Amino acid sequence: MTAIVVEGLRKSYGALEAVRGVSFTVEEGEVFGLLGPNGAGKTTTIEILEGYRRRDAGTVSVLGIDPAVGGRKLRERVGLVLQEAAVPPMLSVRELVELYRGYYPAPRPAAEIIELVGLTEKTDERVQKLSGGQQRRLDVALGLVGDPDLIFLDEPTTGFDPSARRAAWEVVRNMRTLGKTIVLTTHYMDEAQYLADRICVIAAGEVVAEGAPETLRARTEQRTRIRFELPPGLDAATLPVPVVVEAGVAVIETPTPTRSLRDLTTWAVAQGLELTNLEVMRPSLEDVYLELTEHE
Amino acid sequence: MNSGAIALRQVEFEQKSFWRNPAAAFFSFLFPIIFLVVFATLFKGSMAPVGNVEVPYDDYYIPALVAFGVMGACFTNIAMTISARRDTGILKRLRGTPLPPWAFIAGVVGSSIIVSIVLTVITTVFGITVYSVHMPEHILAAAVTVAVGALSFCALGMAMTIVIPNADAAPAIVNGVFLPIVFISGTFFPVPETSVLAQIAQVFPVRHFINAMFTAFDPARQSASGFNAGDLLIMAAWGVAAVVIASLRFRWEPRKN
Repeated sequence: MTAIVVEGLRKSYGALEAVRGVSFTVEEGEVFGLLGPNGAGKTTTIEILEGYRRRDAGTVSVLGIDPAVGGRKLRERVGLVLQEAAVPPMLSVRELVELYRGYYPAPRPAAEIIELVGLTEKTDERVQKLSGGQQRRLDVALGLVGDPDLIFLDEPTTGFDPSARRAAWEVVRNMRTLGKTIVLTTHYMDEAQYLADRICVIAAGEVVAEGAPETLRARTEQRTRIRFELPPGLDAATLPVPVVVEAGVAVIETPTPTRSLRDLTTWAVAQGLELTNLEVMRPSLEDVYLELTEHE
Repeated sequence: MNSGAIALRQVEFEQKSFWRNPAAAFFSFLFPIIFLVVFATLFKGSMAPVGNVEVPYDDYYIPALVAFGVMGACFTNIAMTISARRDTGILKRLRGTPLPPWAFIAGVVGSSIIVSIVLTVITTVFGITVYSVHMPEHILAAAVTVAVGALSFCALGMAMTIVIPNADAAPAIVNGVFLPIVFISGTFFPVPETSVLAQIAQVFPVRHFINAMFTAFDPARQSASGFNAGDLLIMAAWGVAAVVIASLRFRWEPRKN
């Protein structure tokens, strides 16, 4: 089953065309990563799916419902974790979760939800006494409390320290094991790589790439890099393969790393040279992403 | 859960949020009392002209400051807290849940009315015990006037959020609108009906609220029923206009820069 279908989506703010014909689908039960630099149109896209914004053109279906007219029926089945949404400060974690449980027809047990986001020890603590990361996790809990079929996570870990990010990632993984469909926006590549089954990269309001993280990485297989420290006094032009030297480090970019490496090392051995800090690197998803979005 | 239960839970939530913010709760109650003590001390023993009668200042201030307290609990409180919640994304998040907007508003308004009732009782009892003012002459009329005033000023508070760009600007804008009108409307000292200030104040709902409260408390025993239909209607008209404007233009999301 398909959870979300977006076709030819367009949205302008005045003269600015924020979303310019975006299309993608999200399957049920998958974690779908919407990636792009700030201002690429990903928040506009997700807010149209959430029902906060009206689209100018295109068709959108969320759980078989048009979010522009979905109303309460759709909101009962969708959980939202917004960018920068605070939680009411004066209630305790339990009180707030209980309040939100009352909004949904078939909520999950409060203790279970609090446990899922790792706040069990803070159950009776006032929200205002929680750290920023804990409040964000509570925010996630409130998005899950209604036992939604579909969850939108809009930049869920922006501003987190590394350990808080790891903890949040575990929460998302837990949600996935519950069989939820998850749409995640992020500008962290590692986050998308770790969490998403499929990634859609948006730049300047258009989809520039879509696929599994590994598939996207494969696109730049052509660009494996071999790096080593250029031995002092050695003229780079005498090397058997063309290199670019950056701050004393020689970098070879090659579509045939096996061959380039053999040429290089055969030459080095013949010269009696040991190449310091020699490494071979596949392009990271980050590189792919930067390449896809760099002309913005 | 049925609609009534949902609304009641929202009132409960709003009440918890209100009382657990001790500074805000404290000042909501303290301000009318402080003004009462200050003005009652300043004008001790003299008479306040109201319309064509004169009453002791204490008797003037109780109805005026009850109205002042109710306006603070409804108008000021709602305009400030709703702007703050809108700015921090609390409202936007709430809009994404199945909670119907009317239930949210019922919670906010219901809670403000509870605070208004408590405030009215405390201020009145304080006046009776400390300043020996008269009991409200017409209890029913006083209750109705407080209710109409509270509802109208709740609606005005909701409407006010429309012109507040962000939470930082809220205190300046709310007080900048509210306090001058409160002053010229005779909350802190009587403003003769024929004066220019009173003519200006007639346009706004505050003076009508105070007049209606004064008629209900009726220290000079001039009114048969205590109901001041003209003033009540004008105030209610402001409330209705505010409801219409708020329902058309209310924003759940922070204004983007």
